[in-house]
Amino acid sequence: MASRRATHDTLWRRIALTPTILVFLAMSILPTLNLMAMSVNEISWVDGKAVWSYVGFTHYARLAEDSLLIAGLKNTAIFAIAGVAAQVLLGFLLAWAVSRIARGRVLYRTIFILPILVPGILIGAVWKLMLNYDFGLVNGFIGVFGIHPVDWLGTRAWALPSVIMVDIWHWTPFCFLLLLAGFESLPQDVQEAARVDGAGTWAEMRYVLIPMMMPVIAVTFLFRLVTSLKVFDEIYLLTGGGPGSATEVISYTIYRTFFTQDRMGYGSAMSVTVLFFISLAMIGVLMAGKRGRNAA
Amino acid sequence: MMPFEKRVVPFFHLFLIAISIFVLVPFVWIIAAGFKTQISLLQGEIFFTPTLASFREVLFSRTTEFMDNTFNSLVVATASTIGICIVATLGGYAIERLGTSRLVVHALLGWAIVFHMVPPITLVAAWFPLYRELGLDNTYFGLALAHVAVHLPMALWLMANFVREVPVELEEAARIDGCTTPYLIWKVIVPLVAPGLAATAILTFIFSWNEFAVALNLTAKQTATVPVAIAKFAQGYEIKYGEMAATAALSLVPALAFLLFGQRYIVKGLTTGAVK
Repeated sequence: MASRRATHDTLWRRIALTPTILVFLAMSILPTLNLMAMSVNEISWVDGKAVWSYVGFTHYARLAEDSLLIAGLKNTAIFAIAGVAAQVLLGFLLAWAVSRIARGRVLYRTIFILPILVPGILIGAVWKLMLNYDFGLVNGFIGVFGIHPVDWLGTRAWALPSVIMVDIWHWTPFCFLLLLAGFESLPQDVQEAARVDGAGTWAEMRYVLIPMMMPVIAVTFLFRLVTSLKVFDEIYLLTGGGPGSATEVISYTIYRTFFTQDRMGYGSAMSVTVLFFISLAMIGVLMAGKRGRNAA
Repeated sequence: MMPFEKRVVPFFHLFLIAISIFVLVPFVWIIAAGFKTQISLLQGEIFFTPTLASFREVLFSRTTEFMDNTFNSLVVATASTIGICIVATLGGYAIERLGTSRLVVHALLGWAIVFHMVPPITLVAAWFPLYRELGLDNTYFGLALAHVAVHLPMALWLMANFVREVPVELEEAARIDGCTTPYLIWKVIVPLVAPGLAATAILTFIFSWNEFAVALNLTAKQTATVPVAIAKFAQGYEIKYGEMAATAALSLVPALAFLLFGQRYIVKGLTTGAVK
């Protein structure tokens, strides 16, 4: 900070920052305030005009008893933690393998990046067909081994694991990419020194690679966790939250309440609650990170 | 004895090839499904006679809206990308080099983090009533503006990182030569951050092209983008699987094009800030 000699061109500073601050005010502060106002009102549409009537905090009082919302929170937590843990682990192994080979790096990277660039809704469409009970490739594949076809998305027991599997397929490449960049930025001499000292592959992994990669692993994990909590597109196409509430996730609950059931007041209360808890979680994570860094 | 590293390399390749197949099979399968007839698809045939019927239906039939959807996606993605590049370059430069107070910088970055964590659906819920009031729903401008807001945090974060890498000495030299701030941004900063700007632009374009939750709720028939159209296919009473697969295959084209021609920038954009 100290070495950064900034120029104090006040006029141009204001001009350059204005667009950012305008987007900030118009698209987040103002709508958030509106969202809070809506959450204490019942809103109905009369002749295309919104009619508000004040109901106090009754919407919030109802949240704790909403079984669909509770199922959504539980499933989102399972989805995010199980999915992301698997993605980081698999991504780490892939990145490690790619960093150790001389030929074919770019080819593997090209193939692995593909799922990241594809629309989430397209992933949903592809896997909806792949997991189809009658003609999907997955049932065709297990049929070769004599296993009976499974209704992957239509049974309570399989729906959530199936959706998590699709998410692992979709996002492991992103973890791979970040972790590969991490491996490539590690200093080579430390690894060589470990090898000269006679460290085997396992010892090198345990005492050199994993400790040195820890910051990148943590960033990857957090980054994916954050985006995983937002999941919507894939669920929308694959299961629509079903069967029953087996794959209900928080984004989908809000979508259904606010947009398809037109319960805007109640949906706003849900949104505000989610905003609140996400901010709280963020503060918790930042503080834990700080303590971790201080301890290290 | 061969060193351990050498002996183990074939196993690495075996592992990586297995995963590559796992990644590629769904894409190959969906493209193949686009060339199948509905009957052949429903019977799960592996060997089939390819037909262009589904693609023809999606591209040229009288009832198809795929071309309109593609046009809508192009308009919205291009407009929001241009908007974001301008706002984020100016904003990133102001944050890094124009002596913006730390309070403002922290407020902006904190906002960017929270905004990045919030499910887009809560944002749409917040925008929707205001959009209805202002008549911005179902307009290109409304959706492009929403996409600017959704992806600006990432773009601002990236551009601030890229501007930080420009040596301050270059700027000072230009100032001594009598360069004014707007001229400096245009003639010194922009050319130097051009690769970073390209990375930001490509990612913004792809994310806007892919975005579904916002587009679903802020568009109607006239402005629906490609992802919204794909979702529609899966929801009819009688799903036209062949056309759904053909549409899916066609919407892969931009991702493939960017992967082939802009991979360097994509990698740069996705990994910046995570590793340092």
